[in-house]
Amino acid sequence: MNRQLLDLWVGIFVTIGIVATVFLSLRVANLTTLQTGSVYTVKAEFDNIGGLKVRAPVKSAGVTIGRVSAISYDAEQHKAVVSAALDARYQFSADSSMSILTSGLLGEQYIGLLAGSDTEMLQEGDLIWLTSSAIVLENLIGQVLFNRAGAEPTKTPADN
Amino acid sequence: MNIGSVSGGLQRLGALVTNGLVDLGVAARFFVAILAASGICLRRPGLVIKEIYFIGVLSLVIILVPGLFVGLVLGLQMYDTLQRFGSGDIVGMVVALSLIRELGPVLSALLISSRAGSAVTAEIGLMKTTEQLSAMEMMAIQPVSRVIAPRFWAGIISVPLLTSVFNVVGIFGGYIVAVKLLGVDTGTFWSQIQESVDFRVDVVNGIIKSVFFGIAITFIAVFQGYHASPTAEGVSLATTQTVVKSAFVILAMDFVLTAFMFRGI
Repeated sequence: MNRQLLDLWVGIFVTIGIVATVFLSLRVANLTTLQTGSVYTVKAEFDNIGGLKVRAPVKSAGVTIGRVSAISYDAEQHKAVVSAALDARYQFSADSSMSILTSGLLGEQYIGLLAGSDTEMLQEGDLIWLTSSAIVLENLIGQVLFNRAGAEPTKTPADN
Repeated sequence: MNIGSVSGGLQRLGALVTNGLVDLGVAARFFVAILAASGICLRRPGLVIKEIYFIGVLSLVIILVPGLFVGLVLGLQMYDTLQRFGSGDIVGMVVALSLIRELGPVLSALLISSRAGSAVTAEIGLMKTTEQLSAMEMMAIQPVSRVIAPRFWAGIISVPLLTSVFNVVGIFGGYIVAVKLLGVDTGTFWSQIQESVDFRVDVVNGIIKSVFFGIAITFIAVFQGYHASPTAEGVSLATTQTVVKSAFVILAMDFVLTAFMFRGI
């Protein structure tokens, strides 16, 4: 096989391989929506974050506007400190609130951001103080069982 | 049981351990020798391009066709199981994740080692048998840099590219089954994939895996060929050994790499 044909085939092969890798990165892993750089980070303290994980989405009105960038523990106040990187294109007033929600009944947990009405906007490093914790399913079940158990003694005499 | 058979057994066990260690030492020395001789790949890229043709281009067919079928089968099987939980829509995500994380790198490495690794071993083994390697040394050409290093680097370049092709074709197979055959919505199929596949965690780790597999299978192939006994029987044994050892090493390495990469996610 002559040299030029060989080079051509190898060129085609390498092109196919690189196109496949680019396809995996852009179409499959959706790298285009990441847009790092133009973000600002805000912090929020929660009593309980449930199963929230780093990289979970932050949504406002159902639209993803940022991601959880770090989760740490405040040993003095015994609270979870969640840092969220929000897209710089979207500005929110300083009295916005964050709550930890679950997509579906058993789905992944994400942060819901509800915009406030203050004229002052959230800045890099600001602390969001209006937060509501995750609803922990185990606690809910525990409460239901507890209520049932409390109601039981009034029932049992009637049963007997 | 007499003393003789016991001591004979001990002797064989000892020989097994010592020979294993000697082989490992030879392999490590050979690996360093290849790396030291790799300069020729930059000085004469034509050598590597020729080997990429043999290892990469000629393996395309055995990557494209099985990749498509793996995607088709995964789509069918996953849809069947997921449908029982009423979540047949996420079939795209399951196909893409399992291909990118595990099946793509492992299956394409296994296929390439049996298609190209065995051929490389046979070629080098035959060169040794017909004393071409010795002839090169007589002409003051280092066989390690002229014959071994270009094949080694061609393998390392080809395997990740072939793995990406395998993944894309597999996802396309899943698309055919899920969207065209079973009626999953196109938009749902792609958005589920994009929602779950992460660039850093899944795509990059998959590529890292395939690079490691590329190093392993090409190193095993050239090592077996270079150290084959120079007989017809020796070459055939070395070719078989290449495929067998590659399969063992790929699967064992896959476990170790996965344990490192996807721990705590």
